[in-house]
Amino acid sequence: MSLDKNTVAKVANLARIRVEEKDLEPMAAELNAILGWVEQLGEVNTDDVAPMTSVADMQMRWRQDEITDGGYQPEIVANAPSEEEGFFAVPKVIE
Amino acid sequence: MGMIIQGATGDWEVVIGLEVHAQVSSNSKLFSGSATEYGADQNTQVSFVDAAMPGMLPVINEMAVEQAVRTGLGLKAKINKYSVFDRKNYFYADLPQGYQISQFLQPIVGEGTMTIELKDGEIREIGITRLHLEQDAGKSIHDQHPSMTLVDLNRSGVALMEIVSEPDLRSPEEAAAYVKKLRSIVRYLGTCDGNMDEGSMRADVNVSVRKFGDELGTRCEMKNLNSMRFIQQAIVYEANRQVDILEAGGKIKQETRLYDSVKGETRSMRSKEEAHDYRYFPDPDLLPLQFDDAYIEKIKADLPELPDEKKARFIKELKISDYDAGVLVAEKEVADFFEVVAKGRDAKLSANWIIGDFFGNLKRTSNTLSNTPVSADSLGALIDLVKDGTISNRTAKEVLEEMFDTGKDAAAIVDEKGLKQVSDTGAIEAAIDTIIAANLDKVEQYRGGKDKLLGFFVGQVMKATGGKANPGVVNQLLKPKLDG
Repeated sequence: MSLDKNTVAKVANLARIRVEEKDLEPMAAELNAILGWVEQLGEVNTDDVAPMTSVADMQMRWRQDEITDGGYQPEIVANAPSEEEGFFAVPKVIE
Repeated sequence: MGMIIQGATGDWEVVIGLEVHAQVSSNSKLFSGSATEYGADQNTQVSFVDAAMPGMLPVINEMAVEQAVRTGLGLKAKINKYSVFDRKNYFYADLPQGYQISQFLQPIVGEGTMTIELKDGEIREIGITRLHLEQDAGKSIHDQHPSMTLVDLNRSGVALMEIVSEPDLRSPEEAAAYVKKLRSIVRYLGTCDGNMDEGSMRADVNVSVRKFGDELGTRCEMKNLNSMRFIQQAIVYEANRQVDILEAGGKIKQETRLYDSVKGETRSMRSKEEAHDYRYFPDPDLLPLQFDDAYIEKIKADLPELPDEKKARFIKELKISDYDAGVLVAEKEVADFFEVVAKGRDAKLSANWIIGDFFGNLKRTSNTLSNTPVSADSLGALIDLVKDGTISNRTAKEVLEEMFDTGKDAAAIVDEKGLKQVSDTGAIEAAIDTIIAANLDKVEQYRGGKDKLLGFFVGQVMKATGGKANPGVVNQLLKPKLDG
């Protein structure tokens, strides 16, 4: 697998990360190096190995259906750049 | 019957698939302990997890898992004992995480089926592709501030079940019947309240068209339709739009379209074009969701009787008609009400009273079954009075109205107003004799062959007795006297 400049530009856009035009080529090279390294793992024979879903051999913890959180609107919106009567206020995003 | 669009180049078939989002009935959210109740003040039911503050970790709510399994069982679907949560990545102001935790390749519930019944009695099996658990997003309010969009995260993180159908539906009516049936099932199961007005249930509708026998055409998706009417209107508009394009030699572009219920049209949502590239990957904050057969069996043992089984039982054991049974089982509350009324009584008669006058009075007094002034037991007592001949059917209708208006019992109203039916043959005979004597000319005409006059005499006797005479007894006594 190999990424070209255009793919890097597209992924950057999807991730809302600004990458300058001059940086696209070097970044593609860096990402390709990482992908190449990951691809090495494909050389290992894993035919009889169960998929590893976690490094810890444990089951997911389940929570009881109880209300134990919330009820602190001022703290929730405290760090918002803009707030209106307890709402987050963002630039208009209407279709 | 499928919908057919007659175009210039021939007949087109409409193919529809639905993705229904049903809010899981639970006290707290899918991955946090904040409340889910509808209508709270903005951002008061939000935890730091729901607001996606750095370092917060999701912990799954056992009730959400149970409700998803229960719904899967109700849809006769395969339950997956191993499923995985993934991140679906996109940016929107009401999605603070920048991704929605959902299930992509390995959902908790796999394939199932549901039957729908159409107006003409046709039964269709609709395939269910899957059901998965996911988080709801927050709510954006665009019309409360001149230049800003206001965001309320109360809904952020609430558990949803996304239920995906196969593209098996062929008309707007079928789509509506499917949503109605699904709503009925989740309400029976208690896994979703099915309240479309509050957004507890909403549908994404996929529509494509094709010539009969052709491969599936390219589809367009309309998101977030929250009423049966909008779902149907959107399908009709969209299917016709696609036929027009294809017949003009154009091609359908796969896209998400917005249904504008005010204008009654769908239009392209350009800004969402790139949003389809969701870059799913397993959520590293969550381990796989696993449970064993015993867990599934325990939930299965607790399942209530579902509408299809209930309907079959009503028809088979209580001998009520297919149509009546369908009306009674559509809502669990109605079915429960009926069973209380019918217990120890004539089931057919009980069904008639509920579907007819009882529903009529609920509507007249702007009540619903949940706040009915006449309980199932009170209605049953009224039916008993008809059955044992204390009051006539006609009087009973008036008594029921009075029960709705005053909240009094049937027996009390009958006593108070002296509505008790007269079955005493002596009193009725006396009334008949008086009327015959006063209408000798009509008696002659009757004997001369004007049979229709029997109705006149019955009416006169009923009038003379204040409507209280038992019509059966009147008929029995009147005929021999008229015949001479």
